[in-house]
Amino acid sequence: MPFDLPFLAESFVALLKGIPLTLQLTVLSVVAGGILAFALAFMRISGKWWLDAPAQFYIFVFRGTPLLVQIYIIYYGLSQFPVLRHSFLWPFLREAYWCAVLALAFNTAAYSAEIIRGGLLSVPAGQVEAARACGMSGLLLFRRIVMPLALRQMLPGYSNEIILMVKSTALASTITLLEITGIAAKLISESYRPVEVFICAGAIYLAINFLVARLFAWLEYTVSPETRKPEERRA
Amino acid sequence: MGFGPDGWGYSLLAATGVTVAVAGCGFLVGAMLGCLGAAASFSRFRALRSSADIYTTLLRGIPDLLVIYLFYFGSSSLISSVGALFGAEGFVGAPAFLTGALAIGVVSGAYQMQVFRGAVLALPKGEIEAGRAYGMPPLLLFRRIVLPQAARFAIPGVGNVWQLVLKESALISVIGLVELMRQAQIGAGSTRQPFSFYLTAGVLYLLIAFVSGRGFKLAEQRAMRGIRRAV
Repeated sequence: MPFDLPFLAESFVALLKGIPLTLQLTVLSVVAGGILAFALAFMRISGKWWLDAPAQFYIFVFRGTPLLVQIYIIYYGLSQFPVLRHSFLWPFLREAYWCAVLALAFNTAAYSAEIIRGGLLSVPAGQVEAARACGMSGLLLFRRIVMPLALRQMLPGYSNEIILMVKSTALASTITLLEITGIAAKLISESYRPVEVFICAGAIYLAINFLVARLFAWLEYTVSPETRKPEERRA
Repeated sequence: MGFGPDGWGYSLLAATGVTVAVAGCGFLVGAMLGCLGAAASFSRFRALRSSADIYTTLLRGIPDLLVIYLFYFGSSSLISSVGALFGAEGFVGAPAFLTGALAIGVVSGAYQMQVFRGAVLALPKGEIEAGRAYGMPPLLLFRRIVLPQAARFAIPGVGNVWQLVLKESALISVIGLVELMRQAQIGAGSTRQPFSFYLTAGVLYLLIAFVSGRGFKLAEQRAMRGIRRAV
């Protein structure tokens, strides 16, 4: 197969236009999903079965079914109910964009909740005891001791989750959104040159994911000064 | 819905079978690629090591949907151009089951490679040294010492990859294979009850995930029966 450089460049430029949408979908759903995930994680560790059980069920359902099913249920499925079609929510639920954000957010919330729970559980009991001995309680204890330690612990897991989310936004192309994969599919079906288009789209995704990974590596480095060797520490 | 003469029950169940089959094939392809990749990553040759590294980095960084498109349209255009040589005209689609299974196999291979690598690295070094001290050649050492123990460590990770593959297999619906997701689409389209159909599909996926998760748990328990746990 001869390589057609002009075509390669052309599809690359066309695919670049999909980046903003891919990033928007990722950021919106990660933020919304993150908030929901915190709520779910606290329900899980609350120690009350009537909070724990629904959260466990939610996580089981959203981790056990394909994201594509979740997207389709929200985008196509909800229209089955006339009540919803006539409600104030319909202007949102009619839009593929909001359906994709909603599905991605629900999905990532289930995965992130477990990451956050793991982070919270990893906080050593002694730290909490020491804080209590110093007279901290409730929110102050949480803000000063538990949260910083837990956040640091869950950074690696969370960076994986965000890379997965960047990749998951590709599924939004199945409900008509023209993000990177949507544009790629369109280009492929117009030109019948899958390899060139694939190389360009793949390179863009790899670049985004590389940046995400670097960003989190930097964050992790910044928040854990005490694990570095003394000579690496900056005063 | 339902199992009557005009119910969709049987076609959905048949499609569930297709889902299990295509996910299973993809998983096996991935297991083979994962083994090869892990072996290459421990190789003495730098070229092998870095190609394994590139494989797993690339395939874990690119959306699966894109890989499925590449395999489907790539092999289709290859078949079409071969067909054109013999005078056939137009677009010839590649078999969806084969390309789909290969695509998710290649993706899951990248994940399984990491699982296998981790499992081998988890082996105590002394075991391998002891094996060498007994004069075992590399293949025998692998068969007798490395494989039985690494397989044990790999079960939980492999179980995770299987769940991933199962869910990825829903993406094969975009290239027209009538598996569970596609069958639900067809049903949703002709009955105008999308919610009921996609919900049913979701429940069936949960069921497969639950049952196979149980299977992996049993396998893990059996593999671990001779191991003393620290906690």
